[in-house]
Amino acid sequence: MSARTPRRILAIWLARLAIDRWRLAAGEGADSAPLALITETAHGPRIAAANAAGLEAGACPGMMLADARALCPALAVAPSDPAGDLAFLESVALWAQRWGPWSAIDPPDGLIVDVTGAAHLFGGEARLLADARALLARRGLTARLAIAPTAGAAWALTHHGPESAIFHPDDSLDQLPVAALRLDPDILLLLRRLGLRQIGDLSGIARDALARRFRTARAPAANPLVRLDQLLGRVPEPLLPVVAHDMPLVQRRLMEPIRHRALLDRVLGDLAEDMARVLEGLGLGTRRLELGLWKVDGEVLLRRLEMAAASRDSAHIAGLFARKLDDLDAGFGIEQVRLRSPWTEPMPLLQSDLEAAAEMHGTSLAACIDRLTVRLGTEAVRRPVPHASHIPERAQRWQAPLQPEATSQGELAFHARPLKLLDRAEPIAVLYASPDGLPRRFRWRGQVHEVARAEGPERIAPEWWRERSSVRLRDYYRIEDDAGRRYWIYRAGLAGDGRGGMPEWFLQGLCG
Amino acid sequence: MILPASIADLTLPAVQVAHWHPGLREAVPRHSEVFASSLEGSGAALALAFAGDQLAADQRPWLWVQDKSALRLTGRPYRPGLPRELRHGLIHVAAKTPEDALFALEEGLRCRDFAFVIGELTGNPKALSFTASRRLSLAAEKHGVPLWLVRLDASRDLGSARMRWETRATSSLPPRWNPQAPGAPAWHAELFRARTHPPGEWILCEESEGLVHRPSTKSVRTCLEKMPVQAELVEAHA
Repeated sequence: MSARTPRRILAIWLARLAIDRWRLAAGEGADSAPLALITETAHGPRIAAANAAGLEAGACPGMMLADARALCPALAVAPSDPAGDLAFLESVALWAQRWGPWSAIDPPDGLIVDVTGAAHLFGGEARLLADARALLARRGLTARLAIAPTAGAAWALTHHGPESAIFHPDDSLDQLPVAALRLDPDILLLLRRLGLRQIGDLSGIARDALARRFRTARAPAANPLVRLDQLLGRVPEPLLPVVAHDMPLVQRRLMEPIRHRALLDRVLGDLAEDMARVLEGLGLGTRRLELGLWKVDGEVLLRRLEMAAASRDSAHIAGLFARKLDDLDAGFGIEQVRLRSPWTEPMPLLQSDLEAAAEMHGTSLAACIDRLTVRLGTEAVRRPVPHASHIPERAQRWQAPLQPEATSQGELAFHARPLKLLDRAEPIAVLYASPDGLPRRFRWRGQVHEVARAEGPERIAPEWWRERSSVRLRDYYRIEDDAGRRYWIYRAGLAGDGRGGMPEWFLQGLCG
Repeated sequence: MILPASIADLTLPAVQVAHWHPGLREAVPRHSEVFASSLEGSGAALALAFAGDQLAADQRPWLWVQDKSALRLTGRPYRPGLPRELRHGLIHVAAKTPEDALFALEEGLRCRDFAFVIGELTGNPKALSFTASRRLSLAAEKHGVPLWLVRLDASRDLGSARMRWETRATSSLPPRWNPQAPGAPAWHAELFRARTHPPGEWILCEESEGLVHRPSTKSVRTCLEKMPVQAELVEAHA
């Protein structure tokens, strides 16, 4: 967007969100008596919000319930529901897109709508605000509104400005208190102790002095300078928009409850085909599927499935679920089957495979991985990826086979590494050692090995930033015994390093 | 060597008497077994060397299936120790039982995106019957995905693998710059049953240019003692 048309942001502060939600559920009559919503804390119930009668009776948010009961014994309580409040806020954020194409939530109780270039549709910004106020009041929500060029300024005006403020770029926010900068409480306390009460006081101070004072504060909520820049639009403030998603869902209600597996497989095949058609229409492929089976006796059975790559192959989906239905107890019968896909990924339409011989050419990699993980579990099918560590067993990690490999530093080929690494290094008993400390003869798994040739030591020190100080260093040797077997052994520690007794020897890897 | 006509008739026909040697690409069958001891890493290493020898510069992923005791006895694949061109493509399956391992092997063989499949099974499990082994052979041949099945501490039971090897580690050649160090891996490999090649013994060595046959006086002598009919071929190749 060019500099000539500054953005216009509508901020909505649902100041009494929790109480409004409770009132919408409980009814107007219950609101006349003092009430508080409480959260359970380690020190007992604490008030999260109170209605108007409750506030008048002396119950403030943040107070212990016992203290509030001492002031007002008639105070009624109900549990607060922060997760429900957040879900409600998300739905209101979608609803608020009637005033602008883009909205975001500002937890716990704020909304941001971008109304740039949209106000004239309502007859100007003042009328847009009036419309929003009327609609929010009709929904029974207490709200304060403001329009400003930045999200920070709009937030400041809703919380600390006049009712329904419209802010123009040449207006001044200097009269607002510093709390309008969205700072943490301890920073606000610090500013108050410094005698800075209004935003205007901050602009009176030299910028580099502020930068030096708060140079260690990285988070915007702890740095007044960053917040001031965001307020004035000097630095961008990214916000995550709320986007509506609908979950692809197909279901079948059955006339007769089914009790037999063959019929269920048939229904499942039909559902998988329906789902494939729905997904094809949306240009999506599914990554996760949930199958719900409603039984006549009122129970619901759920089966979940996750795919290695996006797919909408109905035969593949039905085949994967078939394995998960082996332990199913149909009871008196299943009357409804529903298949939904909570996780989808874009998957372009492809021309169907015209070559009939492709059927004979085997499965694709993703289908093969799916079949393996359904039977063996996700932990059993993995691939090794390098990890930044010089301790051998930490230098590789395991991840899902089709997940992309993270970029990492190239491996230096100075030292040979064994082909296989034992999960736990096995101790070996040294029967005879040469003067330099390398074993000449050792016993491992009941067999005596005579060391014919050796290369080493390769000293690998412990990672002191990760481990305790008593971990010993390791001296690795690559050895070959008299029969030609090649092993990778190490000595843990040195004699007299003060981290335990005599050094011990371990066999960690088998070379080719 | 002069043989009586009757014995000469009994020997293998001329097409079959082509001895196996490293670098054979096309004519090698799809299903091979490598018998090895669990005290050394030679079984899997030789299988990987065979795979690298037969399928040079194949960038597709590959599958390595281990059952639980193979994992416990010989350890997990270690990426920095794998051959450089195979590192990025490994997909590892840790199966709990031999049945699961066989299932994973068969699924891997049916997948067109795998370059090859390596399996490691311990002992002679009941699940790996002749029928199961035949299923693997047929799947490998139908879909053209080679399989090397490493049999740790197993006896030579019935199996339908087209080539059956027995291997053990043998002392390596001293490296050029440090004669005291272990050199490039070397294995003594005995091909004891094969359809298209006569049996024989080799000292195989993984050099920088790939898998090579390193003739040693000892191995040639044992061949001479054990297989008088084919001894000439061994010598000619050496």
